[in-house]
Amino acid sequence: MSNAHLAVNQISKTFYDNGQAIPALAEINFSAGAGEFITLIGPSGCGKSTLFNIIVGLMEPDTGEICLNGQVLRQRTGMFGYMPQRDLLLPWRSVLNNVILGPELAGEDLKAARQEAASLLPLFGLEGFGEAYPATLSGGMRQRAALLRTFLTHREVMLFDEPFGALDALTRRDLQAWLLDIWRQFNKTILFITHDVEEALFLSDRVLVMSPRPGRIALDLIVDLPRPRRPNILVEPHFIELKAQLLSTLGA
Amino acid sequence: MKESAAQRRWRSYGPPIILILGLLVLWEVLVTWQAVPPWILPAPSQIIQAMWQNADLLLPHVLQTMKQVLLGLGLAIVTGVALAAILDLSSWLRRALYPLLVASQTIPILALAPLLIIWFGFGLTPKVFIVTLFCFFPIAINTADGLTAADPELLALLHAMGATRRQIWRKVRLPASLPYFFSGLRIAATYSVVGAIIGEWVGASQGLGIFMLRSANAFKTDQVFAAIVISSLLSLILFGLVFIAERALLPWYYTSQRESQWV
Ligand SMILES: Nc1ncnc2c1ncn2[C@@H]1O[C@H](COP(=O)(O)OP(=O)(O)OP(=O)(O)O)[C@@H](O)[C@H]1O
Ligand SMILES: [Mg+2]
Repeated sequence: MSNAHLAVNQISKTFYDNGQAIPALAEINFSAGAGEFITLIGPSGCGKSTLFNIIVGLMEPDTGEICLNGQVLRQRTGMFGYMPQRDLLLPWRSVLNNVILGPELAGEDLKAARQEAASLLPLFGLEGFGEAYPATLSGGMRQRAALLRTFLTHREVMLFDEPFGALDALTRRDLQAWLLDIWRQFNKTILFITHDVEEALFLSDRVLVMSPRPGRIALDLIVDLPRPRRPNILVEPHFIELKAQLLSTLGA
Repeated sequence: MKESAAQRRWRSYGPPIILILGLLVLWEVLVTWQAVPPWILPAPSQIIQAMWQNADLLLPHVLQTMKQVLLGLGLAIVTGVALAAILDLSSWLRRALYPLLVASQTIPILALAPLLIIWFGFGLTPKVFIVTLFCFFPIAINTADGLTAADPELLALLHAMGATRRQIWRKVRLPASLPYFFSGLRIAATYSVVGAIIGEWVGASQGLGIFMLRSANAFKTDQVFAAIVISSLLSLILFGLVFIAERALLPWYYTSQRESQWV
């Protein structure tokens, strides 16, 4: 585990609601190597978002710890790139001023941040929309703006909580292929949550299947499909084999 | 079918214009037809005539009232926003102050006016304070609500991104409260002229309120109405100015509300 970028060790979490215990996570263990793309998949309510909230520092676990490059992280806020399901763009800011939020919060030079952001707009399909307000953008564009905001935090590890969940199937397929390109260019470690088995397989190096609540890792599946991946990979025999394996674990 | 901008504007402004014109015509016809004496109820045409003939006389009164209104409203913005910020600072202060603020609105300000005159004399100060008393409350309450209105998920995102409390306040909660502040200010702007007139009734030498009282004592009813019309117009102008300022300062709010009928 020495050169693993992120290690999640023995994380457990129980919520209490009106004196009733809701065990959400039970001893979650896994690690993500540098530059790996890992997807978490599991039934609704199994604790995926809770795990993300713990990793990014919005919540403390009951037991366990999060390590980055072998160091236990106590203060975790600001250490990860994080993108929740909703784009959560600031409605009063232009796209350009939205995506530089990370550098701005870190007290970095705003002019340089804007320049970098402006140079990345075309890559994120936002060319000519730097001055637009989020309300005038399509759902797919807003999601790409939120992705750019996450990338511009310049963190090594990024967490995406169902970023494409609310998009239509076509836009979603486009964005998946596009995200893979971006990931290769930026060489980041990515943790990704989805409900979509095909999305998980298409994107990832590994898929972690979580059990129903309390969530545990029920299967750690290595996706040994060649890269770069193109959409027609979805009909290849090995893809279908892996899909069957995932579905049977999820259905059990 | 898509409406043109002119059609849409007509759909929102047309009905009130038609209603007001209709009522004015009805008023004119009834007063003339029934031969109502002008000192009881003058016809709209007589009111307009009174406004026109007394324009020179009215101007200094209007200016005096506007001075009180603007100073009072300015002071109300400062105290309203300051109170909202204090309410927001700690939940203890919020619990302690909120009921007090609400209670302050149950005091009839007309009864306070003579006290203010006793304390601050007959000058500008008590009148400005009366306008402020009328206006600070909607600003304070709306802004305080606005400061708690930010999307909790957005606050969580900023926190996860490493923002400090101060940064979250400046970059999320404050801007999210601005539309609330402006709706409070719009209400305050409509109260402000009434506040100034009431302040003048208690004791003043100049202002629309005094002009109204003097005209009423002389049974110049058309002049009373002229002053009423002018004070309504002043309120409407203030309301409009706030609306324009809001549009100019919060363009994002209006792009996201594009479907609203007022656009
Ligand atoms: N703050 C909280 N207080 C109490 N219970 C909570 C809280 N947050 C989450 N839970 C509960 O913990 C469980 C896991 O929630 P979580 O949001 O992590 O699930 P999820 O896997 O992300 O689900 P989904 O796929 O629907 O997003 C759920 O049963 C939820 O009701
Ligand atoms: Mg979730």
